[in-house]
Amino acid sequence: MPRTEMMKEKGLTLVDAINEALYQEMERDDRVVCLGEDVGLNGGVFRVTDGLQKRFGADRVVDTPLAESGIMGTAIGLAMGGMRPIPEIQFEGFMGPAYDQLTNHAARYRTRSRGAITVPMTVRVPVGGGIHAPELHSDSPESIYAHTPGLKVVMPCTPYDAKGLLLAAIRDPDPVVFFEPKRVYRSYREQIPEEDYTIPIGQAKVVSEGTDITVVSWGASVFECLAALDKLPEDVSAELIDLRTIYPIDQDTIIQSVQKTGRCVIVHEAPKTCGMGAELSAIIQEHCFLHLKAPVQRVAGFDTVMPYYKLELEYLPNAERIGESIVQTLSY
Amino acid sequence: MPSRTVYSASVEYLQIMDEEGHVDAKLAKDTLSDEEILKLYQFMIDCRQLDEIAFKLQRSGRMGTYPQNKGQEAAAVGSGYAAKKGVDFLVPCYRENAALFLHGLPMHYILLHWMGDERGNQIPEGVNMTPLSIPIGTQMLHATGIAWAFKLKKEPRVTITYFGDGATSEGDFHEAMNFASTLQVPCVFFCQNNQWAISVPRDQQMNSATVAQKALAYDMPTIQVDGNDLLAVHKASKDAIERARQGGGPSFIEAVTYRLADHTTADDARRYRDTKEVDAWVGKDPMIRLRKYLERKNLWSDEKQKAAEEKAKIFVADVVKAAETIEKPLISDIFDYTFAEIPEELERQKRTMRTSSLGQDPTQAGLAAEPTAY
Repeated sequence: MPRTEMMKEKGLTLVDAINEALYQEMERDDRVVCLGEDVGLNGGVFRVTDGLQKRFGADRVVDTPLAESGIMGTAIGLAMGGMRPIPEIQFEGFMGPAYDQLTNHAARYRTRSRGAITVPMTVRVPVGGGIHAPELHSDSPESIYAHTPGLKVVMPCTPYDAKGLLLAAIRDPDPVVFFEPKRVYRSYREQIPEEDYTIPIGQAKVVSEGTDITVVSWGASVFECLAALDKLPEDVSAELIDLRTIYPIDQDTIIQSVQKTGRCVIVHEAPKTCGMGAELSAIIQEHCFLHLKAPVQRVAGFDTVMPYYKLELEYLPNAERIGESIVQTLSY
Repeated sequence: MPSRTVYSASVEYLQIMDEEGHVDAKLAKDTLSDEEILKLYQFMIDCRQLDEIAFKLQRSGRMGTYPQNKGQEAAAVGSGYAAKKGVDFLVPCYRENAALFLHGLPMHYILLHWMGDERGNQIPEGVNMTPLSIPIGTQMLHATGIAWAFKLKKEPRVTITYFGDGATSEGDFHEAMNFASTLQVPCVFFCQNNQWAISVPRDQQMNSATVAQKALAYDMPTIQVDGNDLLAVHKASKDAIERARQGGGPSFIEAVTYRLADHTTADDARRYRDTKEVDAWVGKDPMIRLRKYLERKNLWSDEKQKAAEEKAKIFVADVVKAAETIEKPLISDIFDYTFAEIPEELERQKRTMRTSSLGQDPTQAGLAAEPTAY
């Protein structure tokens, strides 16, 4: 939707930025359609698609039947038929029924048809915990999709990055899973350009430069890392990297940083085992072995089912755990 | 409050040509001309020959697992011929090869597919279809989405999607039917009810009296046809396709047919089905009745049959040759079609695919940056 006075004055939230990107891209490209549960008249349960149906009509912002595999599968067909579909899966916990269509079909079509048939679509999915939501509304399954050849996976955490990465994702010739950290949806505002811009998929961002230790994170955890960095002793110079794109990984930015600092802490909400932290650790030991001064540490969710919300803050990495891990890593 | 009927419906059955090749003249009006029937019968002889040779290729170790199409040619040809080549879009499973050939798929592509070569799926430009779909029932959603795109773009085009009786047990089938119906997209759901899903018979697959009635739940026009009757299949398909083209939404067709062969070459149907049942269906073979019909019209003879079979053998030999003489795929093909643009890490894996470690930085150990030949 066009910007409100509030946005002009105080900046845009993540929700505002994604909505603006969708709005602008639908204006620019007739092939773009949004589809999903409650995305039309209701504007989505998080209001991310608010006002789009009113502007672009019920043919392009479509309230579908309540069936995730159906949403993903028909979106694949729309893409094959020349459209640029943006299916929304209402919460990451509902990806299960759509998993087959996404991983066995969308991800594989270019390869199995040797380029004859492609699936340019952007799957929008609210992700992560911290909003006191019911069961299966708070998970972080990004590594599952990063482990699926043929999919790109992004998870921006700022309004600026969200707009630029979403526009890049929609214009990408391959399927992109666009995770939106719901804890950040309305918790942070910033002024971002109103005009069209893209951020290349596959580029991490150095949030703050430093020389003593590298902290790598993505999604809502980036804000926890920032809080942790604030509390570090003054003489510690920490470099914070927001991965932004989960796959393909921006290895160069990580490698350059860790070769400089020799120490690294990786922070994510997803369970530790086989989380993206494991892959990043492997990349670091492959490329930074002689530079390392300490073992790479991971501050992550546990290898448990995500607890109901009374205990979710005990599960999610917080500034204290991150800070502690940084101090420990520096002590080597 | 009186009780009342809020919905009632019935399912029609259509047969135009019976097992003896006798045609219901009234129903046969507006179907295929004798000239077309002759042409399609000859085409079916080619397809049957390819199917038999494909079986032999597998048995002699020249091809991997193959699912025979034998006995279901009328269902594929009748429906495929009703769709407009170059305009409409086919979304198959894997037992309607003849429909794909009618729409321009080079025949050796099917062999390539089963020879473990993705180039069999590399549908040529201008040929409107998706490649064979191996998992059951997932492709119907793609067909629905493609039809939806046609509707959004206001193109007068139709998709036709193929699946078996077993696929109608899948959730994706029902989601596709519901989406297609709710969105009123131009999609024809064509079920080849061949009575068997590997070893599970139709009456164990569902408790429904017909497959066709499943469409009633989605308020979709539906019909059951004799799937071994070329004319009935063609008529039902043409009606459904033209209805879709005119904006009348999706339709459902249940073609009652029979899988005369095993599920695939890896299967042995004698383990689970009675040969008496198979024998009873052999006489219902769609090609037998077409031959009888044509012979009665003096359009066919033993000599013509022999000549057509000989011609098919020569033709199919060329198809096999095309599949067997193609150069081996490039090893780089493994990597090059994952994304439009190869990511850095994948490029590194491609470069180092022959080394023990993918991508570690050997300069750290004082080695050259690129691996040496081992």
